[in-house]
Amino acid sequence: MTWTSFLRDGREFLPILAQGVWVTIAVTICALLLSTALGIVWALMRTSGKRWLEWPAMIFTNTIRGIPILVQLFYIYFVLPEFGVDLNAFQAGVIGLGVAYSAYMGEVFRAGILAVDAGTIEAAESLGMTRARILSRVVLPQAVRIVLPPYGNNLIMLLKDSSQASVITVAELSTQARLIASSTFKNQEVWTMAALLYLCLSIPLIILVARLEKTFGRR
Amino acid sequence: MIEIDRLEKSFGSNRVLDGISLQVRQGQVVCIIGPSGSGKSTLLRCVNGLESYEGGEVRVLGQRVDRSRPEIRSVRRQVTMVFQRFNLFPHRTALENVTEGPIHAAGESRASAEAHAHELLARVGLTGKESAYPSQLSGGQQQRVAIARALAMRPRAVLFDEPTSALDPELVGEVLTVMRDLAREGMTMAVVTHEMGFAREVADHVVFMDRGRVVEEGRPAELLTAPREPRTQDFLRRVLRPLD
Repeated sequence: MTWTSFLRDGREFLPILAQGVWVTIAVTICALLLSTALGIVWALMRTSGKRWLEWPAMIFTNTIRGIPILVQLFYIYFVLPEFGVDLNAFQAGVIGLGVAYSAYMGEVFRAGILAVDAGTIEAAESLGMTRARILSRVVLPQAVRIVLPPYGNNLIMLLKDSSQASVITVAELSTQARLIASSTFKNQEVWTMAALLYLCLSIPLIILVARLEKTFGRR
Repeated sequence: MIEIDRLEKSFGSNRVLDGISLQVRQGQVVCIIGPSGSGKSTLLRCVNGLESYEGGEVRVLGQRVDRSRPEIRSVRRQVTMVFQRFNLFPHRTALENVTEGPIHAAGESRASAEAHAHELLARVGLTGKESAYPSQLSGGQQQRVAIARALAMRPRAVLFDEPTSALDPELVGEVLTVMRDLAREGMTMAVVTHEMGFAREVADHVVFMDRGRVVEEGRPAELLTAPREPRTQDFLRRVLRPLD
């Protein structure tokens, strides 16, 4: 592989890989939104102090954490149709990754909520604030600061784990790369390009997370 | 104004408050002293509904304090609290800490809450620190913000739970000065403290607690200089002359 031949191949393959990049970004964003929303629900359930909310959330998140994402994706894409739930590959990928990551997000959010100084909650109580106000004005704003760096880390992992959706035929970056590689046998060129493209996506996120840690680590 | 009647409270098998009775009248400054673990802080926390209790009763302005009922919030708005570790909201500025209660618990307008907050911060000597975050303030300054926050609710009484115990020695004075001025203006105050000098100068009434009971109470001049009970004598000797 020489530079000139690499660049020539690049001109040929990049448009196809670029389609995969867009799918990767779409899967990541959709799964991020789903996992964040569900994660907040799990965290609030698990810190509610009410057993009938804590137990279901704990059982669910631990079950999800204990099963590989690959198996969850297969399950959603191949098993759920037998129960009449028919999803296309993209939907199944987003739901699979989103639900799987909601367990990790939930743990991060829970840790953030628990890390909020109980004294500030008592201070809010002693001013006569309602529970809802205490949650929205005192607990969550503090938890968000604590949670942002680990949340950013999960986002980077989610971006890379989106490649697992290729097993259920989602046409994301790694799927596209494999298609090209298997038809041209130019494994070295294609996978180098794929790796570089993943880096182009994740390095900005890594920088962003480092920034967040700096900004919110202090106060 | 605050009536505590045969109050009982346990943490597990540990009886922290053992049938304690106490009164704080309008305009009175009551200092509660006693060894660690005597139940002083728990008593104050029961008055604010931060702790539940098993027996007896706490009444504030004639209303029974019960932390499980929504009416507790109106009690808390009228009798606010200053904590040992300040407990300021770290994500809000000094001014926002002070306006938080009036705006979000009492429904006051932002404009009037902010005007009042500026006034209060000036009163505790913190003009110019309005936009500082708690982490940018010294312990003494933080506690003065916390006092302003408690006053912002225009309370009928303020509870102080060891307000100077977490402070460096050289910062204690600035907080006690603010509290003394507040007492002189006629604020009703219940103060759990180890500052005997403050109790002697400012209190109308001093209560000595031990093992969840009131051992002795009276005027500061009498109780602090000529205590009757041996346990009070013993405690005061150790506090006032620790090296003897």
